[in-house]
Amino acid sequence: MTLTAPPTPTWRAWLLDDAPASPRQAWCGRMYRGWLHFRRNPLAVSGLAMALLLIVVAAVGPALAPHGPYEQTLDSRLLPPGSPGYLLGTDELGRDILSRVLYGARITLTIVVLVAIIVAPLGLLVGTVAGYAGGIVDTVLMRLTDIFLAFPRLILALALVAALGPGIENAVIAIAITSWPPYARIARAETLTIRRSDFIAAARLQGASPWRIVFGQVIPLCTSSVIVRVTLDMSGIILVAAGLGFLGLGAQPPSPEWGAMVSSGRKFLLDQWWVATVPGFAIFVVSLGFNLLGDGLRDVLDPRHGG
Amino acid sequence: MAFDIVNGAAATPPRPQGDGRRPRHAVARHGGAVLRVAATLAFTLLGLLAVTFFIGRVVPIDPVLAAVGDRVNAATYERVRVELGLHLPLWEQFLRYIWAALQGEFGESVLTSNPVLDDIRRVFPATLELATVATVIGVVLGVPAGVIAATRRGTWIDHVIRVLGLAGYSVPVFWLGLMGLLVFYARLDWLPGPGRIDLFFEGMVEPVTGVILIDSALAGEWDVFRSAAGHLVLPASILGYFSLAYISRMTRSFMLEQLQQEYITTARIKGLSERAVVWRHALGNAWVPLVTVIALSYGTLLEGSVLTEIVFSWPGLGFYITNSLLNADMNAVLGGTIVVGAVFIGLNLMSDILYRLLDPRAR
Repeated sequence: MTLTAPPTPTWRAWLLDDAPASPRQAWCGRMYRGWLHFRRNPLAVSGLAMALLLIVVAAVGPALAPHGPYEQTLDSRLLPPGSPGYLLGTDELGRDILSRVLYGARITLTIVVLVAIIVAPLGLLVGTVAGYAGGIVDTVLMRLTDIFLAFPRLILALALVAALGPGIENAVIAIAITSWPPYARIARAETLTIRRSDFIAAARLQGASPWRIVFGQVIPLCTSSVIVRVTLDMSGIILVAAGLGFLGLGAQPPSPEWGAMVSSGRKFLLDQWWVATVPGFAIFVVSLGFNLLGDGLRDVLDPRHGG
Repeated sequence: MAFDIVNGAAATPPRPQGDGRRPRHAVARHGGAVLRVAATLAFTLLGLLAVTFFIGRVVPIDPVLAAVGDRVNAATYERVRVELGLHLPLWEQFLRYIWAALQGEFGESVLTSNPVLDDIRRVFPATLELATVATVIGVVLGVPAGVIAATRRGTWIDHVIRVLGLAGYSVPVFWLGLMGLLVFYARLDWLPGPGRIDLFFEGMVEPVTGVILIDSALAGEWDVFRSAAGHLVLPASILGYFSLAYISRMTRSFMLEQLQQEYITTARIKGLSERAVVWRHALGNAWVPLVTVIALSYGTLLEGSVLTEIVFSWPGLGFYITNSLLNADMNAVLGGTIVVGAVFIGLNLMSDILYRLLDPRAR
């Protein structure tokens, strides 16, 4: 028996192996190929960078901020950008705008994440159950979805916040109530395409219960479309939340929420333009980042929409 | 703004239902479609009313106290409570609520002390004017942009249109409006500031339709017309940009779908000019789903103009609803929500019907 040392496997070769030895290797390989595809799209990569920037700033922003978000220095009110110690200027109470924007990233990220973790599972559950069960369950659930889908989103969120009272939690609830239906639609459409597949039949013949099939076989396959949708929805969620903040119905002052900051800067727009411009630009960058990222992810995960 | 970018129902043109599994008689199918449309309309409106009814119940404002003030004795309080029907079981209250809403009874606005419906009639034309001009801008610029992006797929011009479109989805409308005012009104002084018309011209034209552009043209007051048009430019362009972003993107994807079809190859082999192939043959077929997209985006603009109206002090429905909301005038808020919702639902259905009418395959 000759002992020839096997060629030292590089991690790259392991990832791109055509005959993966384990499900884990296959999964990692698929992710890696997706990443290689994704990397070729400069717009998507820049979107990813902007989204990561939001997360990093939300995590370490307070450490970077030169001042506290509520720290008022009444001597230095409405200083223009570039003033010593205040890179992006100050607002009407002498608070450092840069610091407030950095702190505000946390609020934005919190809202987006909370809405996403309410909405995606809810829509996924409604859609897969409707699609898999069919019949009367499908009809009832989809009618309900259609009713919610037919509502004007911002107006309904406005009315809900009016009823529940302003504040971040209620803004999250209002946005979540108005944004789950598209997820249910997507999940149902995906479920309908796979419910007659052989592997579903195999699971059923092995005696798996419908719930087990929905959770074990159907939901994992719907996840990639839902992830794309979540990413593309992020920007919409950010904009509605900021809009509610701007109207005074979301986060309440003095909280450094970006929409509320734009609203307070509106009073000084003509002479001190930076007070409203800077936080609005932050909203724009983050929301554009998520849109670019979602666009790129869609090309990778959902080749039918390619282009 | 809640534009639906990807495969949400709002973005996908409605497919004829029934999956084509059972071939049915044409007349029966038509009758069925009409019935289904009517049923959907009824269901959705009922759902809308249920939601606003529910919201009206959870509001921490006592409707009796709102009507009589908080210094009444128990007997009067009880009498008013019965008059308002609040002693009835919930389902009966809901039935009464539906009945009143169907007759356009949304109660009185606390703020203006007019019936809410009268207020809405007064402010709605302003919103309609804004959304219509914005949609025209969106169609006139968005459709050609989408066609060009589809025919030059992958080139720099496609990327530019794509990024401009994505930017349109991403920018907060209230911020863009403020920036527009800052640049074009405050700095360059090219355009008039907020409001619908110069104060000087206020009330000079008798409202006939409520749409100032039409009213002033009918009256031959061209100064008023110019002032109104000037005030319209900025808010309509900003809303139109959103519409453009959505329409150009959908046009591009519909055109790509059409350009892959075999009849396009046939047309090319026949020796038609590229221009005729793209603009007449391919776009001609892409119009069918596009019409539904445009109807949907029109509905979204009607509701989406809330923030724009606030920024530009535009006295429309969004301004009215928000203003009432900040003054805890729930009748006005819920009445406005129902009207916007009903218009939105109506446009949704109209786009569905248009799709059936325009696409011979769906007939």
